[in-house]
Amino acid sequence: MCSLSLFPPLPPWGQVTLYEYNNELVTGDSYESPPPDFRGQWINLPVLHLTKDPLKTPGRLDHGTKTAFVHHRESIWKRCINAWCDVGVSGVLNEVANSEEEVFKWVKTASSWALALCRWGSFLHGSLFPHLSLRSEDLIAEFAQVTNWSSCCLRVFAWHPHTNKFAVVLLDDSIRVYNANSTIVPSLKHRLQRNVAALAWKPLSASVLAVACQSCILIWTLDPNSLSTRPSSGCAQVLSHPGHSPVTSLAWSPNGGRLLSASPVDAAVLVWDISTETCVPLPWFRGGGVTYLLWSPDGSKVLATTPSAIFRVWEAQMWTCERWPTLSGRCQTGCWSPDGNRLLFTVVGEPLIYSLTFPEHSREGKGQVGGAKTATIVADLSETTIQTPSGEERLGGEAHSMVWDPSGERLAVLMKGNPHVQHGKPVILLFRTRNSPVFELLPCGVVQGEPGAWAQLIAFHPSFNKGALLSVCWSTGRIAHIPLYFVNAQFPRFSPMLGRTQEPPAGGGGSTHMPLFTESAPISSPWDPSSGTSWSNSPTGRL
Amino acid sequence: MVLLLAAPGPGPLALWPLTCYGAPLPAPGGPVSFPWVGGSAPGLQLLWVLGWRIATSVVCSVLLLPVCTTAFVVFSSLNLLHPIQWISDAFHNLYGSYVVFYLLLLSLVVVIISIFNIEFYTVAPSIPCSRLALIGKIVHPQQVMHSLVHSAMGMLMAWCAAVMTKDQYHVLAVPCTDSDSLDSKVARACLNEYHLFLLLAGAFMGYSYSLLYFVNNMNYLPFPIIQQYKFLRFRRALPLLLRHSAVESLYLVRNFCGLYYFLGYIPKAWIMTLHLLLPPPLDSLSGLLDLSLLYHVWLCGVFLLVTWYITWVLFKIYATEAHVFPVQPMFTGDSEECLPKVLNGSSPLIIKYLALQDLMLLSQYSPSRRQEVFSLSQPGGHPHNWVAISRECLALLNDLTQKLVIYQEAAATNGRVKPPPSSVESKKPPVMEEIAFQTPKANLMSKALMPSLVKASLFSSKFTSPDSPAPIVSLFGDGVGSRMAGVGDFKSPVYKGPLSPQLTRRGPRLWTSLTGELWTGGALIVSFPAQVKSFLSKRVLIVYFFSKHPEASIQAVFSDAQMHIWALEGLSHLVAASFTEDRFGVVQTTLPTILSTLLMLQEAVDKHFKLPHASSRPPRLSGSLVDTSYKTLRFALRASLKTAIYRITTTFGEHLNAVQASAEHQKRLQQFLEFKE
Repeated sequence: MCSLSLFPPLPPWGQVTLYEYNNELVTGDSYESPPPDFRGQWINLPVLHLTKDPLKTPGRLDHGTKTAFVHHRESIWKRCINAWCDVGVSGVLNEVANSEEEVFKWVKTASSWALALCRWGSFLHGSLFPHLSLRSEDLIAEFAQVTNWSSCCLRVFAWHPHTNKFAVVLLDDSIRVYNANSTIVPSLKHRLQRNVAALAWKPLSASVLAVACQSCILIWTLDPNSLSTRPSSGCAQVLSHPGHSPVTSLAWSPNGGRLLSASPVDAAVLVWDISTETCVPLPWFRGGGVTYLLWSPDGSKVLATTPSAIFRVWEAQMWTCERWPTLSGRCQTGCWSPDGNRLLFTVVGEPLIYSLTFPEHSREGKGQVGGAKTATIVADLSETTIQTPSGEERLGGEAHSMVWDPSGERLAVLMKGNPHVQHGKPVILLFRTRNSPVFELLPCGVVQGEPGAWAQLIAFHPSFNKGALLSVCWSTGRIAHIPLYFVNAQFPRFSPMLGRTQEPPAGGGGSTHMPLFTESAPISSPWDPSSGTSWSNSPTGRL
Repeated sequence: MVLLLAAPGPGPLALWPLTCYGAPLPAPGGPVSFPWVGGSAPGLQLLWVLGWRIATSVVCSVLLLPVCTTAFVVFSSLNLLHPIQWISDAFHNLYGSYVVFYLLLLSLVVVIISIFNIEFYTVAPSIPCSRLALIGKIVHPQQVMHSLVHSAMGMLMAWCAAVMTKDQYHVLAVPCTDSDSLDSKVARACLNEYHLFLLLAGAFMGYSYSLLYFVNNMNYLPFPIIQQYKFLRFRRALPLLLRHSAVESLYLVRNFCGLYYFLGYIPKAWIMTLHLLLPPPLDSLSGLLDLSLLYHVWLCGVFLLVTWYITWVLFKIYATEAHVFPVQPMFTGDSEECLPKVLNGSSPLIIKYLALQDLMLLSQYSPSRRQEVFSLSQPGGHPHNWVAISRECLALLNDLTQKLVIYQEAAATNGRVKPPPSSVESKKPPVMEEIAFQTPKANLMSKALMPSLVKASLFSSKFTSPDSPAPIVSLFGDGVGSRMAGVGDFKSPVYKGPLSPQLTRRGPRLWTSLTGELWTGGALIVSFPAQVKSFLSKRVLIVYFFSKHPEASIQAVFSDAQMHIWALEGLSHLVAASFTEDRFGVVQTTLPTILSTLLMLQEAVDKHFKLPHASSRPPRLSGSLVDTSYKTLRFALRASLKTAIYRITTTFGEHLNAVQASAEHQKRLQQFLEFKE
């Protein structure tokens, strides 16, 4: 099991992590001034600094025209009809119960009784699933994969799966789409685009972006050749389903066919066919809702976490599911290995990373998830003290979100803020991982931002061919892209130009790391884990 | 109890072979046989598969009947004040031996209903382009028979329901003493109007069901967007079905009450010749406001609709379930059932749909079956499987491209100066000779044979655009052209196959006979038809019936697009998988053809979406039992076409530059490679 005590020392205060090269995380004074010998390799991506000031505060609560009119008391039945249209039965009951001398006494009494019964029922329901009594903003903030959804100026971030393009949701719920090859930054706004909790670009498409909003899912179609900076709301398609709000998670199937959406209030996951606007609710069994959806990269399985201590893995052909109920808390986050055979997840209240394996052959078997019976612990993130040149530092806690790069060689973990660690700042831990022939997890380093900046969310670029590219959104509004250079097993054709032409920009390699987590292989592999399994044996080490 | 159905001729709807059904018994052992005619029948086994599916669906719906009946009996003797008595009464009613008889009768009804489902189902919906066409659809003899049988079945079900309800509903004639002649004391039979009301309501509901069945295109079999087990699909449909039935029954009761209020005296007078009437009459306001009666009629309606909808839903679920076709024949004999043969053969449309669905699934989920597709034949080493599959998919896509191009040509001629109609009618149009006699081009021929004025208005709603340069066009109102359109609805692009000359002339003949009469008028001849037409065009009713719905014709073009969507998905997944799995390089030989076909289709689809009304979406009905996904199939096709091209370009990447393609297509491919489409 990997523990934090073997992590390399934290970078000095005031330095920011710029990139990884030769197994070392290289730091510098600021993002704007990378080391001179490195500039040639710098990737052409917009480094953004979006500040909070020009944004409107999310105080625009009431868009209606109600305030412009003089209040006029209508008759009780008219009010009842209005309440029926707005709220439903409970609204009508409320109107009748609160009316004075307009209805018969017994009608009023009956409706008060019915209302009390309704409230009692919803209270009972709420006590079974406590999260249902939260406001929808709190609900989103509670289950979001970002550390501070409610007040940070960057809310959601999503890379396009194929190109150097990403979309960011700002605090005022507008979306900006940045493209490396173009200076046009479309800004997307829509009447229904409120409380955006998730973004998802459609795979195998240039321009389709799904947005999870308060009451619906918006599907934006952005013409990549368009020069418009303000696409009209006619480009957006609205999908809604009764009882399915707020939508907090979206997942496209990797072959671009179907979209899944989930809400912590609705127990059913919806499978959407976007073009015909039909949806199929997937059956549910227990749990008050679904908080987070993650489709495995090979498209065969879907992770669905719930607010209760249970999570499910759906198999994406016949849509049957397996449940893992014996957790101490709800599943906080998870990530799939590139081949979809391994799931790493963390649980609220435990500083551990679990791993769950799925056999390869389950792809042919129809309607079988076939996961392992128990999950193994692969990393212990509990609080430890590590020695640094400037003294002792504490590190560790619970994980908040976790991302695995598409080649399966780096794992980034965003920790929850812990008052004992870095004054409560969320820390980003970076691990090296290997999936075959056996699973390995090794510490790599800590990603540090500017002083005073809190990490808001992390994401890997889905198609970076020089290794991996970690994008970190900081609470200051900066989006930093941290390239991690290594020979990528996913793109074997890539030849490391950097290694041949230039000297390493900083620090020599040669660091000797011990294998910290090694799973015993089911069959004896030619590669022997006991002797010289140090990192230098891996292709990366030979750089 | 063996039931034989006389199928109404080899009509276009009778896709399924004639079927004989075994007894609706739980034991799945009823005799199922398929008498079919014709040499190119698909494999025996496939028809067996279909037959078994239908038989199982019927058996399932019959098995669910006791459940529905129990629920009905329990609810019909509803007594909230004495719950224990209520339950015991209900179960006492259920234990009677006569219940078995009613169950058998209801099973018969269910079997007949499912036979109609089987006879009338379609995988490509027929979309009426104008209101007249819709009416024509309803008064078609087959549909009339459907409606009549359904109202008879509705009446039968209502009778069963009435008898099971007991109370005051269970007999038509009750003994009564004549109040006028108290001294006679002769017991006479009086009419129980409650019973009559219930029976007529049943007939009305059966008829309405049949009407809505056609109006809402409920005979269309939509294939599910994800694969799921049958039980889960049924369970998912059940709450929706119950809610829909309850609400619809409410509306039907309302409509029936209105109808009975005005027309209730007719059946009553007819029956009164036999019986006397019990007071008070029901076709009065006070009579109709009997809550107990309304509740029972509503419950009877719910019972009827739920049983029928369950039959319908089960049929849909069983018929659209994925079937695994073998890619290669296991033995030499049964090559008829394998995927390439089924795709190429002239099998019923449903089997072709199932085969394409299976192709899509195997290309996506099954590496071992993909390997069979890419394999070579044993002696000879030819990639027969791949060649047959890809040829059929490409033929489908080419057909669609042609259909779209022809549609666009027709739409583009709108507003252009036309030769006078007489010349078109007198001599053969030059288009005739040029056209190769291909199936989709038959439309063009039929259009060319019509007066060009009609043609101009047929395919576009922008008939009276102000900038129209043709004076002759603006002479006639919108209604005339569309009137012709209404008459000539058989020319909708869905129609396939060469037209018979009789049919082709049906549209113009209406006008030639009219002008023939007027020819004697001499000088009037030019203006008078125009006057007639403009006169007609101003009649609101005529415009109402004959005006073409602009979107309907666009929907009609894409009515069978589900096939093309699967072909696209199957083909693109296979090509993408061939990058790593195709050991013999069989796909490489067809890759340029596939790419050019896809790009040509992309071009045609792009152009099509520039037509008016093509890119606007119809409003969505969420959570309804009625499926309207066929209305938006064109968007699904566009999306899956783009995804298919992207799937190939992202898999092959830079290697695509080595594929032979025209300069234009190279440019387009480059756009796709750079994600700029």
